[in-house]
Amino acid sequence: MELAHTADVEAFRAEARTWLRAHVPARPLPSLETAEGFAAHREWEALLHADRWSVVSWPEEYGGRGVDIVKWLVFEEEYWAAGAPGRVAQNGISLLAPTLFDHASAQQRARVLPSMASGEAIWAQAWSEPESGSDLASLTSRAVRTAGGWLLTGQKTWSSRAAFADRAFGIFRTDPDAPKPHQGLTYLMFDLRAPGVTVRPIGRLDGKPAFAELFLDQVFVPDEDVIGEPGQGWRIAMSTTGNERGLTLRSPGRFLAAADRLVGLWRAQGDPSDTALRDRVADAVVGARAYELYTWANASRFAAGAAIGAESSLNKVFWSQYDIALHETALDLLGPDAELAEGEWAEPWVFSLAGPIYAGTNEIQRDIIAERLLGLPKGRR
Amino acid sequence: MRFLPTDEQSDFARTLRSLLGSAEVPAAVRAWADGDAGPARAVWSRLAGTGLFALAVPEDYEGAGLLPLELSLGFVELGRAGVPGPVVESAAVSVLLTELADEALAKRFLPGLAQGGAPATLTLPGGSPYALDADAAHCFTVSAAGELRLAAGHGARLGSTDPARRLSLPPAGGGELLAAGPAVIRAAGVAGRWARLLTAAQCLGVGEALLARTVEYVKQRTQFGTPIGSFQAVKHRLADTLLDLEFARPLVWAAALSPGPGEVAAAKLAAGEASYRAAMTALQLHGAVGYTEELDLSLWLRKARPLRDAWGSPSACRAEVLRSLTPARR
Ligand SMILES: Cc1cc2nc3c(=O)[nH]c(=O)nc-3n(C[C@H](O)[C@H](O)[C@H](O)COP(=O)(O)OP(=O)(O)OC[C@H]3O[C@@H](n4cnc5c(N)ncnc54)[C@H](O)[C@@H]3O)c2cc1C
Repeated sequence: MELAHTADVEAFRAEARTWLRAHVPARPLPSLETAEGFAAHREWEALLHADRWSVVSWPEEYGGRGVDIVKWLVFEEEYWAAGAPGRVAQNGISLLAPTLFDHASAQQRARVLPSMASGEAIWAQAWSEPESGSDLASLTSRAVRTAGGWLLTGQKTWSSRAAFADRAFGIFRTDPDAPKPHQGLTYLMFDLRAPGVTVRPIGRLDGKPAFAELFLDQVFVPDEDVIGEPGQGWRIAMSTTGNERGLTLRSPGRFLAAADRLVGLWRAQGDPSDTALRDRVADAVVGARAYELYTWANASRFAAGAAIGAESSLNKVFWSQYDIALHETALDLLGPDAELAEGEWAEPWVFSLAGPIYAGTNEIQRDIIAERLLGLPKGRR
Repeated sequence: MRFLPTDEQSDFARTLRSLLGSAEVPAAVRAWADGDAGPARAVWSRLAGTGLFALAVPEDYEGAGLLPLELSLGFVELGRAGVPGPVVESAAVSVLLTELADEALAKRFLPGLAQGGAPATLTLPGGSPYALDADAAHCFTVSAAGELRLAAGHGARLGSTDPARRLSLPPAGGGELLAAGPAVIRAAGVAGRWARLLTAAQCLGVGEALLARTVEYVKQRTQFGTPIGSFQAVKHRLADTLLDLEFARPLVWAAALSPGPGEVAAAKLAAGEASYRAAMTALQLHGAVGYTEELDLSLWLRKARPLRDAWGSPSACRAEVLRSLTPARR
């Protein structure tokens, strides 16, 4: 057992650090949940892409560097430590891309991945529906066969960044007579500007249009945009949710950097006699370290051939709870300034609050942990 | 980088686990609490046969070298089985004497410690004033002034909330002076850190035992016509227990790999809290039967809290974590 990296990994770290130091915007970009910020982030992603830093773990043919999980994690550490901007392309990169690598045709990959890597096409996830949240398999939006493709009808909701995104991926009911709700679903991609699509932005808690509703009225999708076999949508979708809950969405580098900033804040304005608050700062430091180490242990397991399994649910509950605790601690250190909407911690705090809800609520994750990892009997769902 | 136990390390832990699984440890714990050290000594001597105690002693003195990682994996198993006695303290004394590098002292005590036949206990400045199990071990003390003494006998006995922890005050008058000075203070610092690390490992094992027993119980205990383990409130508490333990484990490994003050404090904090919370969950989910001393579960339930506070309370560990941060992480 060891934690030291090879010289090759350290060289990669140094290369990434040098590049980031030279290119990370000196001042934070405007919020990516606004039209202006979205455009600025798109430019940043293009810059990353130009030097092949936008998707380092992808094969070179799609704009990546083909690095393994260890280097990817190291890159993430450097990325967040450098104070680089959040990624607008994230949902495509962390959810659709793994799905494409596992289930799409070579032709689909060649068509979709390069523009995702460059930020030219930003993807939104269209899974949830007004009546289908935790019970996603109950979804009712339909895809009906037509010449050369499918026609989509229905309503999707809570689609992150769909207000400004270009394309979307989702699951649709193609066989309403299938005996079980998980059957007869199909996974496909569609254009958010196609005829029949209406996007209605929804303001989140702080009013920013961070997600949107999608109304679909006979939206045409060609056969070439179906991923995998029609009817296999559930299996395909579930095979990639591990990425959403697991590391790729929330790499430890992000929390290590946040914990560092928190310690800086505590040093600058913490009251030394407030040991309760001091203890929470310490917990944030320990939590970031625990998550980092847990991830390294998993990375070692993956490198040895293991697949992401139900333990991604442990990951998800951990980072979502951790994120809130860290940000609440920052607000408590700030005192009256915590309320200022333009403060450095305000938007990340608002964002952290959604962690236990999206990517499968923590209640659902705890069910998965209890049933699949502890072997407890299934209850009523 | 490979942040997983090697096959050899895992095999060692497995060997210990199966040895302890067949050693009737609960009976030994109860006997120990009643003042009968015989059965526990029998367990120790079987443990000694695996080379466990030699992992805190240099090769020159019949040890296997100071191997904190292997030792930590072993102490997880000691916690899981609930092994009684001053196991942490014995290892800490080995480390203290090794660090002192006093040939005569090393020769006198280390071989016995490596073989597990001469257990030791220890109090250090800044630590608990009560010696653990001093009636069944050589009692070493380090004073604030840096005097290392071997106490003759022990002072007044004090009851612990865990009857299997036999506490006493060090005897008045101190005993034989073995060494003194800044070297003792320094060695005591290192020994205290090892004690903290091994207690963290033990906590992890205690927490795992509590979780495993509780998972088994809620699968077979039926109420309202269904196993209580199918109720979501029950499931979610156990899921949280697993979460706490799984995120404490890599902190313990990392601390064993590089036992600096911050890493060790983080490990102890996380593992101590995880095992104490596991105890609270185990108690609640067992209902009234969990609140009895009769059930073997009580052996771990009562251990969790004292171990959480031994060799560094959560608050002391948090302060250490922050103290050990360099101004910039990297
Ligand atoms: C910021 C944000 C971004 C999002 N982005 C996207 C996106 O890009 N694409 C997308 O498709 N979706 C997205 N979502 C939606 C998200 O996936 C859903 O909110 C989530 O699946 C929960 O569904 P729901 O909101 O309908 O809550 P419900 O399912 O109605 O749940 C409400 C509450 O009931 C609890 N509950 C439900 N069932 C159970 C049960 N069996 N046991 C115990 N408790 C239960 C839940 O845990 C929750 O606490 C996003 C959500 C947020 C907040």
